[in-house]
Amino acid sequence: MFILITGLLLGGTYALIALGLNLQYGVARIMNLANGEMLVAGGFAAFWLYTAGQINPVAALIVIAPVAFVVNWLVYRFMLQPLVKRAKSRGALEVDSILATFGMSFAFVGIMTWAFGGGYFNYAFLAQPLEMFGSSYAQNRVVAFVLAVVIGGALWLWLTYSRVGLNLRAVAVNPASASLVGVDVRRASALAFALGGAVTATGGALVSMFFTLDASVGVLFTMKALIIIIMGGVGDIRGTIVAAVILGIAETAVARLVDPGLTLAAAYLLFLLVLLFKPAGLFGKARG
Amino acid sequence: MSGTDWRNLAISAALLGLAALLPVYGSPYWLTMGTTMAMFVVLATSWALFSGPTHYISLATAAFFGIGTFVTGLGFQSLPFWVLPPLAAIIGAVLAALVGLVTLRLSGVYFVIFTLGLAEMVRQVVTWVQNQTGHRGMYVLTSITEREIYWMLVGLGALVFLAGWLIGRSRLGFALRIIGNDETVAKHAGIDTALAKVALFMVPGAVAAATGAILAPRYIYIEPATAFAPLLSFQVVIMALLGGTGRLWGPIAGVIPFSLLWEAITRQAPNQTLLLLGIAFLVIVYLLPGGFVGLWDRFRRRFGGRS
Repeated sequence: MFILITGLLLGGTYALIALGLNLQYGVARIMNLANGEMLVAGGFAAFWLYTAGQINPVAALIVIAPVAFVVNWLVYRFMLQPLVKRAKSRGALEVDSILATFGMSFAFVGIMTWAFGGGYFNYAFLAQPLEMFGSSYAQNRVVAFVLAVVIGGALWLWLTYSRVGLNLRAVAVNPASASLVGVDVRRASALAFALGGAVTATGGALVSMFFTLDASVGVLFTMKALIIIIMGGVGDIRGTIVAAVILGIAETAVARLVDPGLTLAAAYLLFLLVLLFKPAGLFGKARG
Repeated sequence: MSGTDWRNLAISAALLGLAALLPVYGSPYWLTMGTTMAMFVVLATSWALFSGPTHYISLATAAFFGIGTFVTGLGFQSLPFWVLPPLAAIIGAVLAALVGLVTLRLSGVYFVIFTLGLAEMVRQVVTWVQNQTGHRGMYVLTSITEREIYWMLVGLGALVFLAGWLIGRSRLGFALRIIGNDETVAKHAGIDTALAKVALFMVPGAVAAATGAILAPRYIYIEPATAFAPLLSFQVVIMALLGGTGRLWGPIAGVIPFSLLWEAITRQAPNQTLLLLGIAFLVIVYLLPGGFVGLWDRFRRRFGGRS
């Protein structure tokens, strides 16, 4: 029970992070490997606002999310759009975007190490225990989970019922057809990329409430988000959430029962199973 | 073999001889640099053999390399040293085949993601096993000198070039060039694309593991965190792409300048190496898509040379 609930709490935050990346990959078609660095940047911002300005991390989201939105929009507009224009095929764009975002990822880590030093960052926010179902859980984890659910839910409603959300989903299905029915694909892609970055930075701020971060930890989160997306299926919100919860529970179980140093190995085991048996994702149909 | 082949062979042999004589005429400093460069030439050239024609970006180098160092670390006391690199190569090839069988049936993204975390995953497992058995790191104390390591690497490099040349002429090499251009066409032409890719992916796996086995005595003390450092994979990718994967000699053209630059940056500003790596990636994507080889070809075409 303890493992299930801790895993669920962790999985909720993972789901939010993976949703951000899924928007970027599913709609804008950019495999953004610098996603984890955006997360760490969000976490650093929350840390900085809390320690220097005594600003509650939850309130800090109001600042962090729009800033991340603008930064990601600029990154897409000036660095990635030229690649999209240049690419002859989806495969060529994939290789280019992987290499370019690797470059950004290393450059961000370099800049963050330079600006904040190579040390670890954490702060105590709502570190008191909360009694639930006979065990105690850290309040900050519960708050992070609730916020992740609220933000993720809002995002899902917006994507499902709003006009712009419909546009984004159309681009996710097929960019060429979407532009035929009057969707501005370029704007929709930029919006999805920026929104994905904002969601990821929000996830980073939530993670920083209970996780110790350092400048180079981003790639680990990128890895986990990628595994979740593949497990859940690209562009599939429901699959992403289920996969994130599965990963959260599997990691917690391995950390508690076997060894805390094996969390990535646990994620890999899941990844391997998905690749072998359901390469199109949990709810995906097999592609030709 | 045609006249051009003989000419290329003669040039290669002369350059190889020049490289092999470095310990004779070079200072100890250049021997150290030479060993590092030889290591990257071997790794980047074998990387380009697979990733060049297929456009699949492999980040598994560090994982295979680390496994190679552990083969030496575990085996050097009970086995003669000359057995270890071939043994590591076999283990590396088998692992590469397993990774390839899982991921190479699917699209390239799965492969990149899987190899991205592979070194870290193997490191976690090795650390866990060591914790269970009570060992931490390992000392590799041998009588092998830097000079011998260098010669072994040059020899391995010659083998890699020979293999690359042979693959380029073989049916497998032809099949891979078709796959790289259009996988659907390749399938319709009757090529077993997954099998061809797996077969070729075993080459860099084996070479990287053998390189790790050869270099293990240089590190003296081996522990998982350094043996499986993921940075190595990225350095190899950068150097190969900077040089260009279109030609067999391309990666060398990237290894030499980048190693010198890297060395200079590590000495001047050790904290900025990651920034350098990032900028190098961006430069390749935005300014040098074909690497130095692409630049050279464009230059020759413009100034009336043969195409």
